[in-house]
Amino acid sequence: MRQGKYPFIVGFLAAPVLLYVVFVISPYIQAFYISMTNWKGISANPQFIGLENFTRLFDDEVFWAAVRHHGVLLLVMPLVTIVIALFFAFLLNLSGGQRGGRMTGIWGSKVYRVIFFLPQVLAVAIVGVLFQAIYRPDGTGVINGLLGKVGVGPVGWLIDPDIALLSIIAVMVWQAVGFYVVLFSAGMSSIPKDVFEAAALDGAGRFTLFFRITIPLLWDTMQVAWVYLGIAAFDAFALVQVLSVDRGGPDNSTTVLPMEIWRTAFNFSKFGYASAMGVALFFMTITFAALTLRVTRRERIEF
Amino acid sequence: MATDTARKPDATRPAAPAPVGRRAKNPLGVFGALSHVALLVWAILIVGPIVWTFLSSFKTNTEIFGDAITLPATFGWDAWGRAWEKAHIGQYMLNTVFVVACSTAGTMLLGSMAAYVLARYTFPGNRLVYFLFVSGMTFPVFLALVPLFFVVKNLGLIDTHLGLILVYIAYSLPFTVFFLSAFFKTLPTSVAEAAMMDGCSHTRTFFQVMMPMAKPGLISITIFNILGQWNQYLLPIVLLSGNVEDKWVITQGVANISTSAGYEADWPGLFAALSMAIIPVMIIYIIFQRQIQSGLTSGAVK
Repeated sequence: MRQGKYPFIVGFLAAPVLLYVVFVISPYIQAFYISMTNWKGISANPQFIGLENFTRLFDDEVFWAAVRHHGVLLLVMPLVTIVIALFFAFLLNLSGGQRGGRMTGIWGSKVYRVIFFLPQVLAVAIVGVLFQAIYRPDGTGVINGLLGKVGVGPVGWLIDPDIALLSIIAVMVWQAVGFYVVLFSAGMSSIPKDVFEAAALDGAGRFTLFFRITIPLLWDTMQVAWVYLGIAAFDAFALVQVLSVDRGGPDNSTTVLPMEIWRTAFNFSKFGYASAMGVALFFMTITFAALTLRVTRRERIEF
Repeated sequence: MATDTARKPDATRPAAPAPVGRRAKNPLGVFGALSHVALLVWAILIVGPIVWTFLSSFKTNTEIFGDAITLPATFGWDAWGRAWEKAHIGQYMLNTVFVVACSTAGTMLLGSMAAYVLARYTFPGNRLVYFLFVSGMTFPVFLALVPLFFVVKNLGLIDTHLGLILVYIAYSLPFTVFFLSAFFKTLPTSVAEAAMMDGCSHTRTFFQVMMPMAKPGLISITIFNILGQWNQYLLPIVLLSGNVEDKWVITQGVANISTSAGYEADWPGLFAALSMAIIPVMIIYIIFQRQIQSGLTSGAVK
């Protein structure tokens, strides 16, 4: 183009690329190698042991418990979040009927949107601490305090292994719904209004508008939401670490892979084994994202 | 409430004569009422726990271990003082402000520089560098955790704010570069060309012409980064160990109070600490809610 182009390009790229390669790319590459060593303890001399860590993973009960929990998270959390968020987004954007030729939301929709989105700006760790108090197993917890008022005995939300994971999923849904309400609202507002007008003229009621018009036209956005929530289902670290009993308990009933990676590496100093779990997590995430994009692919509708 | 919604014109039957018994003839009145109930319940579910936390910070330990659904007997700020001083929430807050200010500024500077060059200049290796950055978005950070710890340790940056800042910047770059390079591509080329004609250098064109033009995109992504880094928990607990408690960030500090707190603990202090962690974020959110909502969701609707 003109003189000084290449010095300029190099000058602008040097610092970000250097930082990125040192702190992001090189650790990712090293992780694959470390996962094939028996590195334990800070000073020990690690040896290459091939895939031994991975064969050990297959017999590791805690690992499979964590994988199962990711399965539950992946089934329940995105589904519940998307259903609730879609419902609210529809109410807030389209259910108020038509005014001046535009579809409008329900009365007070602006205020609701602000409130619903609020948990999204709070740190997950903070939310975890908050819900410890909400979920306390006796009358001093908010939920059990309320249940006590109507004469229902206290529930061990986090100490009962059967419901502990669901209690944690509920917090994830609590935090996520607002984000997807806003996301779906943006999607709904990009649907041309004449589509709704035409449907309404043909006598479509609200339920038809929702199931036959809104959902099909929102498919792309829902697919994005599903991928995002799925990736979140493979994380869940901060919440499990802060909220659950014994970090993943009781009896590993809420543990997830990130939790086990962290514990194996920084409590037990088994760096090789922890990295092997990391690699397993990586392949699960990638598989999920690829599968979702493939299975849910539909013909794109252009407005 | 039902009357509020019933007042609005009925979308499905615009030509129908004015209904006499509105409630009876118009099923949407019931629908509207139920919608309001659903929305109201969810709003209470969101606000309730937060309000309860504020109230609990004014209770005494005895009150906290009594009935959960009561108001505090007196409103005193003792617990807030204790949390700020003795539980070091003040210190954690300042640390977080310092770290996030530095790392967001660094992310924005380095990220926009890289994004600009990648978006507007053709050179061999451009695509390679771009995909190197973008691929970072698909990797789970847990995969890198062990080596990252040792990279930072070997550089002598473990337990330092500088280490945390550099790592925050590095891990914020993929999304920042991805988002901003798409944004720079949408800007018209003519203004930059005119500036160059007038003898403006590449560097000056970037800082004085392109950066001001890219302001809307820069604001969204700045908000995104500030919130993401402010709320970060995993990286601080890996990179700032228990030996340097005075350097901790707020999420780490609050989580630690709650895990180390036994029944002897200062529970009102914990709730005051929680409130202090929540309130600044909430105030900023309420002021900038429009920008924050679009900033956080902009990544998804591209």
